[in-house]
Amino acid sequence: MSDTDATNAETVGSIPDDAVATSSGSDGSSSRLDLGSGGPDVAEQYPLQVEGLRKTFGGITAVDDASFRVEQGSLTGLIGPNGAGKSTTFNLITGMLQPDSGTVTFDGEDITGRKPHAIANKGLVRTFQIARELQDMTVLENLMLAPKGQQGETLWRSVTPGFRDDVIEQEEELLERVWNVLEFFDIDHIAEEYAGNLSGGQRKLLEMARALLTDPDMLLLDEPFAGVNPSLEKRLLEHIHELREQGYTFLLVEHDMDLIMENCERVIVLHQGRVLTEGSPEEIQANEEVIEAYLGGNV
Amino acid sequence: MSVREDLADRVPGGDAGFIVAVLLGVYAAYVLAGVALGYSIRGQLNSVAVLTFYIGVFAMLALALNLHWGYTGLFNIGIVGFMAVGIYVMALVSKPPAGTGAAQIGGLGLPLVVGIVAGMAAAALLGALVALPALRLRADYLAIVTIAMSEIVRFTFLSGTLEEFQLFGQQVGFGGGSGVILNFTDPMEAFFRFFGLWDSYLGIVTAFEVIIPNNPKPVVDGLVYGVVLLGFVAVLYWLLKRTGESPFGRVLKAIREDEDVANSLGKDTNRFKIKAFMLGCALMGLVGILWLMTSGSVTPNFFRPRVTFFVWIALIIGGSGSNTGSVLGGAVFAALLFQGPRYVKNLVDTVIPNADAPSSFGPAVAPLFSNFDPSPLFFYTIDSIRQLQLVFMGLVLIWLMHNRPEGMLGHRKETAAGIPLTSSRAKGTAHADGGERGGTDE
Repeated sequence: MSDTDATNAETVGSIPDDAVATSSGSDGSSSRLDLGSGGPDVAEQYPLQVEGLRKTFGGITAVDDASFRVEQGSLTGLIGPNGAGKSTTFNLITGMLQPDSGTVTFDGEDITGRKPHAIANKGLVRTFQIARELQDMTVLENLMLAPKGQQGETLWRSVTPGFRDDVIEQEEELLERVWNVLEFFDIDHIAEEYAGNLSGGQRKLLEMARALLTDPDMLLLDEPFAGVNPSLEKRLLEHIHELREQGYTFLLVEHDMDLIMENCERVIVLHQGRVLTEGSPEEIQANEEVIEAYLGGNV
Repeated sequence: MSVREDLADRVPGGDAGFIVAVLLGVYAAYVLAGVALGYSIRGQLNSVAVLTFYIGVFAMLALALNLHWGYTGLFNIGIVGFMAVGIYVMALVSKPPAGTGAAQIGGLGLPLVVGIVAGMAAAALLGALVALPALRLRADYLAIVTIAMSEIVRFTFLSGTLEEFQLFGQQVGFGGGSGVILNFTDPMEAFFRFFGLWDSYLGIVTAFEVIIPNNPKPVVDGLVYGVVLLGFVAVLYWLLKRTGESPFGRVLKAIREDEDVANSLGKDTNRFKIKAFMLGCALMGLVGILWLMTSGSVTPNFFRPRVTFFVWIALIIGGSGSNTGSVLGGAVFAALLFQGPRYVKNLVDTVIPNADAPSSFGPAVAPLFSNFDPSPLFFYTIDSIRQLQLVFMGLVLIWLMHNRPEGMLGHRKETAAGIPLTSSRAKGTAHADGGERGGTDE
């Protein structure tokens, strides 16, 4: 825990000024991108803990007794060959699928089998393997959707005169936050564009920006670099590192071994639904079992 | 960017101005056609009143359906069912108790307003009942459930079991196949009496005798009721515009686009869907009430599924997803597809009163080939215009799907936010700091 604090302190000045300057203003002590209230709880060293997770589809066991945990403030990679159960694990953690057995604990609370929106509201937010932007909504609308605790999401408040004034006021604050995030990701020039018109890479940026605006503690990124060109991949990685230094925790599903090895501190290897091994990139690279799994041998 | 969109931008008053302009255009076309063909003033005013009535009800229904389909992506093809529940429950609550009125079946004898609210509430509850199981399934199932529901509702009101029953010690009922006589106070009278304006209203009616010497009241009633309906359209438009331009509307739009995404961003999508569905159903119930409460009686077979599909056509013409488009679609559908052909038939009947229409297709076509006389076919067509109307609607629908699937105003920017979302950062900042543009909620 103290390690991450130290990292935070060291990197105070590292974020480009123009990214945050417009919003935080007087509050120079915070290095976090100003996304509104709060930040990740540093109370737990391992905010996400998965125990004995199991899921079968008919006769196929997609996830078979998988157990791992993710360290607070880390960038952890979840790798494995095709069909290893990575996406299924993600869906089980985020409530899109119900596990047959096992538990998922987040921030000390058992969230196994909870509804996706409840899990997202606890601060565990995911992105999708194929970017799922809301096509017929503009980039701004996409982003305005994300923040939690919007009064105007209660129908009568949005409609009733008098109460609507508060809603409008909150909308103005939200728009400020949205602009900060747009500028952070350098996509403010496409703010009014319909999301369906964006390029693949811009969609990935939009999706990550949207996830960030929910003010999460931990982000689950499902292959954020799939179909992204090398220069944008570099940019995305920079953003992820920047955010991690600010205290966000990342769990990253990725195919690309090199990318994981260069960027993650911890790597979890899934194979045939089980956790094959877990460790630092160096340890993983030296592990015979992992190499065999990737080369298709039977372990 | 089409010509139409540019047109909408150029009309003063924005969306509302555009709606008014289209309405004026429609009325002008009706009146001019009437004048050219020598319609009487009474006939003119009557046709305007009827036209206004249908513009009003279809605009409101399209608005309510737009909340379901255009905003939330809920495939509701049971609109008539909610309309039926609205008017039937309203009748049950507001009809005078048995024995006091001329009709045999009584009601609870409560004021009209209570009846209207009860009718809307019942429609909303039925909506919740239908939605709860269906929303958990894939979207298409809601369509199946709603159309089945609307038929169940119709057959329930047709059934002898509910023809008469006891409720709160009163003998009430839905009248089965022969329907319910709506023997409550004339809604127009109740409306004007509420504001203490009944006598002045009767004065206005008398003043109309200058134009229509013979019994002007039905004509004036029709015109004024049309105006009242347009007032309701305005209120619904305002309500749904506010609903759409809010964080609530934004979540609805997100559900339409991709429900999983909305869910993974922490929105309890089922709750949003049920709320939106219930609101739309309540409004459909209200339209059912407004459509039928001045008609004297109501029978279950009015509520056949075709009315539902009329509303869908109206929404598709206007452009789903746009409230302005919904009103326009309702108006254009009512004027051109629903009322238009009948108006043409009436006009032709007036101009050529004693034309003999052939009784079947054979005699209608034969002269065309034997001596190139198209008139029998023409009269035959005019005579069958009510049946042909459905063919026209089908053709228009096919044409729209091919050439303009987004409708007149679909895919227009109706931003789902309480404030304008502009691309200029500077504007937004100035706004937040200065707080000058407080009245952006309209």
